[in-house]
Amino acid sequence: MNPESQLTRYPTRRTLLRTAAVAAVTVPALAGCVTSGSDDEPAAESGVEKTADNPLGVKTDAPLEVVVFKGGYGDDYAIKAEAAYTAKYPQAKVDHKGLQKVGEAMQPRFVGGNPPDVVDNTGAGRLDIGTLVTAGQVSDLADLLDAPSLDQPGKKVRDTLLPGVIDDGTFAGKTVALNFTYTVWGLWYSKSFFASRQWQYPKTWAEMLTLCAEIKKTGVAPWTYQGKYPEYINDPLLTMAAKAGGLDLIKAVDNLQPGAWKQEGLVQAATAFAELAGQGYLMSGSEALSHTESQAAWCQKKAALIPCGSWLESEQKGVAPAGFDMVMGTVPSLTASDKLPGAAIQAASSESFLVPAKAKNVAGGKEYLRYLFSKESATAFAQANSTLPAVEGATDGLTLSSGLGSVRDAVTAAKTDTLTYRFRTWYGPLAKAVDDATGELVNKRISPADWSTRIQKAADALAKDTTVTKYTR
Amino acid sequence: MRHGRWRFLLGALVPALVLHVVFVLSPYAQAFYLSLTDWTGVAGQASFVGVDNYVRLGGDSLFLDAVRNNLVLLAVVPLVTIGIGLFLASMLRHSPARLGQGYRIVYFFPQLLSLVVIAVLWSFVYNPNTGLLNSGLRAIGLDGLTRSWLAEPAWALVAVMAVLVWSSVGFYVVLFSAAIEGIPAELFEAAKLDGAGRWATFWKVTLPLVRESVQVAFVYLGIAALDAFAVVQIMTVGPGGPDGATEVIGMSLYRTAFSYGKFGYASAMGVALFFATLTLAVLALRAGRKERLELA
Repeated sequence: MNPESQLTRYPTRRTLLRTAAVAAVTVPALAGCVTSGSDDEPAAESGVEKTADNPLGVKTDAPLEVVVFKGGYGDDYAIKAEAAYTAKYPQAKVDHKGLQKVGEAMQPRFVGGNPPDVVDNTGAGRLDIGTLVTAGQVSDLADLLDAPSLDQPGKKVRDTLLPGVIDDGTFAGKTVALNFTYTVWGLWYSKSFFASRQWQYPKTWAEMLTLCAEIKKTGVAPWTYQGKYPEYINDPLLTMAAKAGGLDLIKAVDNLQPGAWKQEGLVQAATAFAELAGQGYLMSGSEALSHTESQAAWCQKKAALIPCGSWLESEQKGVAPAGFDMVMGTVPSLTASDKLPGAAIQAASSESFLVPAKAKNVAGGKEYLRYLFSKESATAFAQANSTLPAVEGATDGLTLSSGLGSVRDAVTAAKTDTLTYRFRTWYGPLAKAVDDATGELVNKRISPADWSTRIQKAADALAKDTTVTKYTR
Repeated sequence: MRHGRWRFLLGALVPALVLHVVFVLSPYAQAFYLSLTDWTGVAGQASFVGVDNYVRLGGDSLFLDAVRNNLVLLAVVPLVTIGIGLFLASMLRHSPARLGQGYRIVYFFPQLLSLVVIAVLWSFVYNPNTGLLNSGLRAIGLDGLTRSWLAEPAWALVAVMAVLVWSSVGFYVVLFSAAIEGIPAELFEAAKLDGAGRWATFWKVTLPLVRESVQVAFVYLGIAALDAFAVVQIMTVGPGGPDGATEVIGMSLYRTAFSYGKFGYASAMGVALFFATLTLAVLALRAGRKERLELA
C-alpha cells in the first residue's frame, strides 16, 4: 500500500494489525535474547587483495546473504542486482530473502551476532538506525563510496548519487547506510483540475493565500491534509521555514541549539499555517482523516491541494480518476527575503541499505551495494516502479508519468538547493513533540508563539538528556 | 502402580510447566532485570543503570498523561459496562424466552470480532465527513452535534471509551443473564407478592445474588481498562492524540521500545503496569471477600 519507508512513518493497516497483536507480549519475549547473549567478535577483513577489478577485496567464493524489504517496490530490483553479482562471482552462493517485517526478523539476528551481509532496513517496524549505530552494529561504507562506480567510468560511487544521499546515511561522521530511493516533498494538485478552473500554482505564500481565497469561493476546499498523522502537514511548514531561514536554521534545529525553535523563520512559517487554518482554508474534518481518506477526498476534487512526498502518485494508483494528472509543486517561498531560492526542495533518500558490522561477508555486502547502485540497476528500478532512485541521471531518456515527471523537474530546478531535517531520524521524541504541536496549531488550539515555546521545551529537555546519543551536522 | 501414576502425572504436567516457565515466567523475570538497564533492543549487551528508568517515569509528561487516561478508563469503562450489562440482562429476564434468546445472540456479536476489526470499523463510524455517526446526526437534523470525534481533545477519549464499552458489554450481558437465571424463581415470586416493583426487585434481590459475577466482571474490565492499547493505536489521531489526549500506558511503552529503541525504559513502564494491574486484581478480590462475609 505504502511503498515508503525510512522517512515516511505512516502505518498501514497491516502494521497496525501486527502492532496490536505483538505489543503486549513482545517486550518480555524479546528480552530473552540480551540477558543470555554475549557480544560476538566483529568479522575480520576478508584478507583478499584489493585490485582494480575487485576494489573491495571480495572473497570470490564467500556466500552472500541479502535481506530486502518486499514492500511497494517488490524485490525484483534487488534480485536483478544479485544476478549481476553472481555473474561476476559465479562461485558465490547468494541467499536472498524478501521480507515485509525486516525489523522483527533482523532484531534477534543483530542481538545474536549473526546478521546477514546486506539488510534493507525499511518499512514500518524497521530497526531504528540511530540505535544500530550506537550499538556498533553497522559498518562504515567509506571504502564503498570511494570505490569506482560499476558502469560510469572515471566516477567514484560517491559522485554518482543525488545531493543529500550520503548525508542521509551519515551518523556521527560515518556513512553507514545508503538509501536507494529519492523522495521529494511538496504540494500536490491535479493539473487538469487547475487548468479547467484557470488556477495558477503559486510561487509565494502571499500568492498562495490569494489562490486559496479564490478556490474557496468556488466551493472547493483549498487544502486538505492527512490529519490522523500530523507529520504530513509538518513537511511544508518546515520546508517554508528552511527557505526563509536558510540552511543555518536547519542546522540550529538539528543540533538542538538553545532557542533554535524560536528562530524567526520557524515562527513565521507557523504563523502562515495558523493563518491558513484561521481563514478556513483547510477542508473541515481533515484533522481526523487518515492518509487514505484525505488523499481519496483530494482525488475526488473535494480539496485542491494536499501536502505529501513523491510516493503519492504510486500510492493513489487506482484511486485517482483517469485524466487527473497529479503533479507536485514546490512549497512556496515564505517572504521576499528568503535565504534559499524558491526552487529549493525538501528532499531525502529512503529505502535504507546497510551492511551489518558483524556480517560474515562484509566486503561482499559492500560489493553487492556497488552493483545495486549502478546506473543500469537504478534505471531499471525507475522504469519498473515510477520512483526516482538515488542515482543521478537514472531517469534520463525515460518517458515519465505526470507525477514522477514533475518530481524530476523539481529536482532538476532545485540543482543543489535541497534541504532536509535530520532531527526526525535522530531524535524520535522530538519528532513526536513537533507532530503534536503542529496538529494543535493547525486546529487553532495553540498560537504560533506557543507552538515554538512548546517544541523548544521538548528540544531543551532532549539536549539535557544524557541517555540519548547526540549527533551534529 | 503407584510409581506408574506419578510417572503419568509428571509426564502430563512437566511439559506444560516447562513451556510456561520458559515462555511466560522467564520473560517476565527478564523484563524486571531489563527495566534496570539501558538496553536498546539491538545491542548484544546492556549496562546496569539502577532505578534511573523508574525515576524518569515520574518526569515523563506523556507517560503521566497515559497514567491519567488509564485512570479515567478505569473509573468509567467497568462501571458503565457493568451498568449497561446488568440493565440489559435484567430486562432480558422479563422478555419472552424466544426474543430474549435472540437478543442475547445479537448482544454477543461484538465478542466474536477481533478488537482490531472493531477499532477499524469504529474509526469509519467516527469519520467526521462520511461516518455513520455524523451522517446519522445530520439526517435527523442535529447538525449542531456533529464533531470531529477523534480529533477533539475533549471527545477523543470518550469516543475510545464508547468503543471499549460497546465491544465488551455483550459478553457481560450473557454472563449476568446466566447468573440471574441461577436465582431461584421463588425469590422473585416472593418479592412480587410482597409488592416489590421492578426497581426494588433489582436492588434487593437480583443485584445481591449476582454480586460475585459483578466482582469478577470488575476485575476483568479493570484489566482491560488498564490496557486499551489496540483500540487507541488503531483509531486515534497520532496515535495517542490529539496531543496526548488518548495516550495509554501500553501506547507509551510500545513507542518507547519500538520507535525510540529504549527497551530498558519501556520495560520499566511494563513493570509499573504489571504492578498496577496486580494491585487492582488483589484489591477487587479482597473487597469481594469482605462482601461475602457480610452476607453471611
